[in-house]
Amino acid sequence: MTDLSHLKADFPILEDGVHFLDSGASSQKPLVVVEAMSRFAQTSYANVHRGAYRLSVAATDAYEAARERVARFIGSSDSRQVIFTRGTTTALNSVAFGWGMEHLSEGDRIISTEMEHHSNLVPWQMVAKRTGARLDHIPVTDDFRLDLDAFSRMIDSDVRIVSITGMSNVLGTMPPIREFAEIAHGVGARLVVDAAQLVPHSPVDVEASGADFMAFSGHKMLGPTGIGVLWGRMDALEEMEPFEGGGEMIADVTLHDATWAPIPTRFEAGTPPIIQAIGLHAAVDYLDSVGMDKVLDHDRALTEIALHRLGDVPGLSVQGPTTIENRGGVISMVMDGVHAHDLSTILDQQGVSVRAGHHCAKPLMRRMGVAATARASFYLYNDESDIDALVTGLRQARDLFGL
Amino acid sequence: MGLEDLYREVILDHYKNPRNRGHLAAADAEAQGVNPLCGDEISIELRFDGEVVADVAVESQGCSISQSSASMMTEAIKGKTRSEIMDITAKFRAMMSLDDDTIELDTDRPGAILGDLEALQGVRQYPVRIKCASLGWNTLLEALDKAG
Repeated sequence: MTDLSHLKADFPILEDGVHFLDSGASSQKPLVVVEAMSRFAQTSYANVHRGAYRLSVAATDAYEAARERVARFIGSSDSRQVIFTRGTTTALNSVAFGWGMEHLSEGDRIISTEMEHHSNLVPWQMVAKRTGARLDHIPVTDDFRLDLDAFSRMIDSDVRIVSITGMSNVLGTMPPIREFAEIAHGVGARLVVDAAQLVPHSPVDVEASGADFMAFSGHKMLGPTGIGVLWGRMDALEEMEPFEGGGEMIADVTLHDATWAPIPTRFEAGTPPIIQAIGLHAAVDYLDSVGMDKVLDHDRALTEIALHRLGDVPGLSVQGPTTIENRGGVISMVMDGVHAHDLSTILDQQGVSVRAGHHCAKPLMRRMGVAATARASFYLYNDESDIDALVTGLRQARDLFGL
Repeated sequence: MGLEDLYREVILDHYKNPRNRGHLAAADAEAQGVNPLCGDEISIELRFDGEVVADVAVESQGCSISQSSASMMTEAIKGKTRSEIMDITAKFRAMMSLDDDTIELDTDRPGAILGDLEALQGVRQYPVRIKCASLGWNTLLEALDKAG
């Protein structure tokens, strides 16, 4: 197993006895990220673009350097294809509304899946209702994968856009994006990938992935909240209208009309998340210094150990693939006789932070026939001591409940 | 304050064996409640005999705190008048509140004020769980409201 135990010291919040297993919701920040933002705010901060003074030029350079760094991190040869957003949710809404409202009408179809986070479900419902397009969902198989055969049967030339998760935040499942892209492109449809869980935990090459759009968040990949990325193929971005109007995104404005600035500026209305971009730059530097292949190996090794150890806990079932192939470090648990919220409270007393509830994926929970799960998710700073504490807490829960 | 104070025996008993489950043949009022944050759900049906709640039935799913609170609530309100129920509800809410000291539980005589419900007093040491304990009561008030 890739030993990353030396990294824990880089995260001041992870003191002894803190077993943080909720990185799927948001990751902790290494000191270098916090310091980079602090240094920038203390030495180089001003609003970006259009400023003719020295500080604004420095801030603009730093902001644009962050864009180039993120582009390199995900394998995009052209940094203009990296659009900074507020987060994954805004990025997905930008595509749903900015692309969907332009190109969808009655008779057209949108395909998503049963395992999506609400942020990749609700925007498409809203756009379907407004445009009259039909929305269908690729089913989840009994072994917690997406049914590729069903997708092949569902697709036809009326399908204009397909939007799937790159890694399920409930199951850990990583659908084969390349294969979905081939099927979608076969009928001329665009493929959107919600990569909020994927980009933080796996090497990603956007250009080789086959995706037309990819969305992810800074705060799940060691960066700050308030910044995310929408990446798009240039021809796909050119098909998209700005989702928000305002300052910065225009070429010219009259009282009744406006023309757009070039890409990416046209999609970044208003003052962007400047300090957050500096933090994301530092986070990406940190991740690359570790190596994303090592991050993935580490997460998978921990997941394999955890799946094995959890199998020995009586009454516990894992909702998700039980092997680590095409799977990330997210484990959803259900214990007979102990509700997920009670598990979460009891585990908290062991210093173990897990999330309990529907994980913003209610249709998936209905599909699985459960109301709530307790979810443990791993990142590069976790180690086997976190799994020990998790298993101890789960056994204690059974004792407390007299099971 | 340890976990044993939160998960007292009477709470686990009501969780495992909830009272007054199911539906009434003829309900005079009903209400549904949901906690959108955690997905807990409850439906409450009431049958009145004049001012008295003659029967109550609950269908719900959720954690031990929300389930046991609703179960104990049904026992506490059955056969009580509307104004007695409002009084119990106010006392329960005060017990759950971190900054409401209008009721004081009698530590020498556990259960003297609110009966089994007093077992839930530990919940307020876990502020994120207070909404679990309150779900049934908020839904009850809605059902009473609808009954006019």
